[in-house]
Amino acid sequence: MNKTSYENLTRGIIKENPTFVMLLGMCPTLGVTTSALNGLGMGIATLFVLILSNCAISLIKNLVPAQVRIPAYIVVIASFVTVIDLLMAAYLPALHGALGIFIPLIVVNCIILGRAEAFASKHNVWQSILDAVGMGLGFTIGLTSLGIVREVLGNGSLFNYSFLSGEATPLLLFVMPPGAFLALAALIVIFNRVMRRN
Amino acid sequence: MKSSYKTFAQMLSSLMIIAVVAAFVLSSVYKLTEKPIAAAKDKRELEAIKEVVGTFNNDPFAEQMTIMTPDQKHKLQFYPARQDGVINSFAIKTFSDNGFGGRLEMIVGFYINGAIKNFKITNHHETPGLGSKADEPKFKEQFDGFNPQKRKFKVRQDGGEIDAVTAATITSRAVIDAIQRALDAYNNFYAGD
Repeated sequence: MNKTSYENLTRGIIKENPTFVMLLGMCPTLGVTTSALNGLGMGIATLFVLILSNCAISLIKNLVPAQVRIPAYIVVIASFVTVIDLLMAAYLPALHGALGIFIPLIVVNCIILGRAEAFASKHNVWQSILDAVGMGLGFTIGLTSLGIVREVLGNGSLFNYSFLSGEATPLLLFVMPPGAFLALAALIVIFNRVMRRN
Repeated sequence: MKSSYKTFAQMLSSLMIIAVVAAFVLSSVYKLTEKPIAAAKDKRELEAIKEVVGTFNNDPFAEQMTIMTPDQKHKLQFYPARQDGVINSFAIKTFSDNGFGGRLEMIVGFYINGAIKNFKITNHHETPGLGSKADEPKFKEQFDGFNPQKRKFKVRQDGGEIDAVTAATITSRAVIDAIQRALDAYNNFYAGD
């Protein structure tokens, strides 16, 4: 793998991490991360949509006039999300039951339109896929770590395995909306501290 | 002027092509997944029925009936569970629109005397980690054997005997509302028969 490809792949994971550096896609980040599993599921679903949409958009980039590119991209993204939603409901009903309400939310995730606009519409298919994988993984890592912090503190469990005895009360605040902001702020501080030191 | 017409035509045609392709893809995927989705939904319901009623050896899903709420506004599905031909418990598919996130659907099982056996929430939009806990044993256990006709079937905050899920009183009220609706419809059906 040459240097550009490597940079395109890792950019989303560290240097321009959508959750901790770019602060993109805050609605699903804050909304769904009440448990580690929800965060992971949402991250992976977004990763899939991002790969498909980046791939399709870099293929059609020369066919779409610049004035109507945003509606065209939105139609492409919304179609992929609906396809994934239907396929999951048909063939993975258990996973769909757990994530069902979050899937349509992917359409309005600005990371996807952002990458389509900033990257896929200017680069070839292979580089766009690498960018999508990097950004998707970065988002998944962000959501999962936020989910882990909130679930451990707010529910006393990790990936649904409870480690609290029946009498102990977890810090319920962390699974509620204000806790999402507090936990995210703490993670951003830690992430940027570590990054700056390196 | 001519070039602006040209770009306008380009814009129109490219958007049209994208929309047509998207519509075609979506309709084929919908056709492809329509049956598996319905089958998965039926399977989920049958499993929920199994969970909320007693032992049975008939097919409650095949014997389902439609019953009406007393105000004649809503139809609910009624599934009898028979052991060797005798009904020992039954399940009703019911709902409440008073959930924190809108409609909450569930299947509730009753003993033949009208006491609740168990319930299973099949579809909801409650807050994950809070309202969603209404489907966990900790909250459900208190319903087993509870007879809403003989005891105060409300959450404690409203002067009843049901302990609401912590920080999810609205969801707990919706669960009670849905069960009450099922029971009312059953009594109405029973009285009318």
